[in-house]
Amino acid sequence: MKKTIITVVGKDTVGIIAKVCTYLANNRVNILDISQTIVSDYFNMMMIVDMNESAKPFDVIADELTQIGEEIGVIIKCQREEIFDSMHRI
Amino acid sequence: MINIYEVAETNQMIEKENLDVRTITLGISLLDCIDTDLEKLKSNIYNKITSVAKDLVKTGKEIEKKYAIPIVNKRISITPIALIGASACKTSDDYASIAMTLDEAAKEVGVNFIGGYSALVSKGMTVSDELLIRSIPKALASTDRVCSSINVGSTKTGINMDAVKLMGQIIKETAVYTADRDSLGCAKLVVLCNAPDDNPFMAGAFHGVTEADAIINVGVSGPGVVKTALEKVRGENFEVLCETIKKTAFKVTRVGQLVAKEASEKLGIPFGIIDLSLAPTPAVGDSVADILHEIGVEYPGAPGTTAALALLNDQVKKGGVMASSYVGGLSGAFIPVSEDQGMINAVEVGALTIEKLEAMTCVCSVGLDMIAVPGDVKDTTLSGIIADEMAIGMINQKTTAVRIIPVIGKKVGDIVEFGGLLGYAPIMAVNSFACDEFVNRGGRIPAPIHSFKN
Repeated sequence: MKKTIITVVGKDTVGIIAKVCTYLANNRVNILDISQTIVSDYFNMMMIVDMNESAKPFDVIADELTQIGEEIGVIIKCQREEIFDSMHRI
Repeated sequence: MINIYEVAETNQMIEKENLDVRTITLGISLLDCIDTDLEKLKSNIYNKITSVAKDLVKTGKEIEKKYAIPIVNKRISITPIALIGASACKTSDDYASIAMTLDEAAKEVGVNFIGGYSALVSKGMTVSDELLIRSIPKALASTDRVCSSINVGSTKTGINMDAVKLMGQIIKETAVYTADRDSLGCAKLVVLCNAPDDNPFMAGAFHGVTEADAIINVGVSGPGVVKTALEKVRGENFEVLCETIKKTAFKVTRVGQLVAKEASEKLGIPFGIIDLSLAPTPAVGDSVADILHEIGVEYPGAPGTTAALALLNDQVKKGGVMASSYVGGLSGAFIPVSEDQGMINAVEVGALTIEKLEAMTCVCSVGLDMIAVPGDVKDTTLSGIIADEMAIGMINQKTTAVRIIPVIGKKVGDIVEFGGLLGYAPIMAVNSFACDEFVNRGGRIPAPIHSFKN
């Protein structure tokens, strides 16, 4: 299963996770893991998701998530897991 | 499973420390394009490049999107044109017309540069090699994306001093031909010793005759990442310093390996090599000079610089080698002047001279790179500078190169602006004592002995 990492970084505000999760649910993207932390008032969230069931291709979901991020004032990035695996795992 | 800190570290490298893949370079053999009819040859070349490379830029963009990592350049390298045009070209203008075909093909497929307007003359020049070399000024003045390189020496053959002498004249002539653009043509022309067949970096890239029909070579970068990592170990000893560089180089190179494999799969073209070079850009924070400063010299050029660069270069290779299945190309730290803000600053405060840069090239790839000198420098002086640099490569069994720009109408202290990744540069002083009698002797410097190393 090819996994995707979604990261959300920005000023903490109400409803960030709700907004992102709603979008993912509507597009049949399954969340496998969530972790989050707040560093000096900045909200950092990472999700590991499975997009295999989604009808939309990867680049469309990435663009739409970026757009949602812009609407709520955070930066949302969508990357395939391999880049992190290759950098941090031998 | 990947954790949030690892994800944050990777993204910090990309967003704040200028981590990128510097280039995906598609090497294409043009040997099967050879024809005795010039028009037929040009049409064969155009068709082969535009068919093999048609998806290169699109694929590069897809990979960028998939991993959110910038791939700055998509480029093409081709078989040295002196070989390809040998039976069709009767004049230098015939060769220059091939350069225009290459430029059109590069624009059609959307690549930034196409390298391989080249001749390999390390021992001797054929008639066609010389025709190509003499066509360089016109070829580079009438094209935008074509890069030219001439290999004039090697450890196995010695140095072709006739070619060195000729290249002094050709560099000057190229400067005159592009005088209206601050002699920009010379930024696309490099003279090499021990040129590798699989170099993905410009201006010296060409697709060697030992290579397969098409191949993907990738150049990684990340001076900013190394610099940031070293900020965290200030004051620590050399062991800690070297381990930090090695680990960072490993991470950076792994990204290159991932991109190279992916590009190779998507394009259906075999993966060749990763080039481990630390390649700076004029962007602030993307500088090899800043790493040298972080290692502990006030400015590059200060005593200690050569040693600092030697250890940097070696550790980058040690870290990178394990991260990639095949390593090749130039693989070392680049020290171009105009493309590195820290180097520019060092020249401006008087810390860095051409002579010190020459010493630095003994321990790192690649050579005197993107150095702007006064436009009235003598041809023989340029040849003398080339000969010195070639000798370093020949004796030390390494690649060396000279990409020097005599800027017509400018003098020491003036600034010249090349734009984009080529950056800007202060005009540097050249030793004005003559070497005419040395350069004018003609002939070859014999290959060096491989014993009694001292």
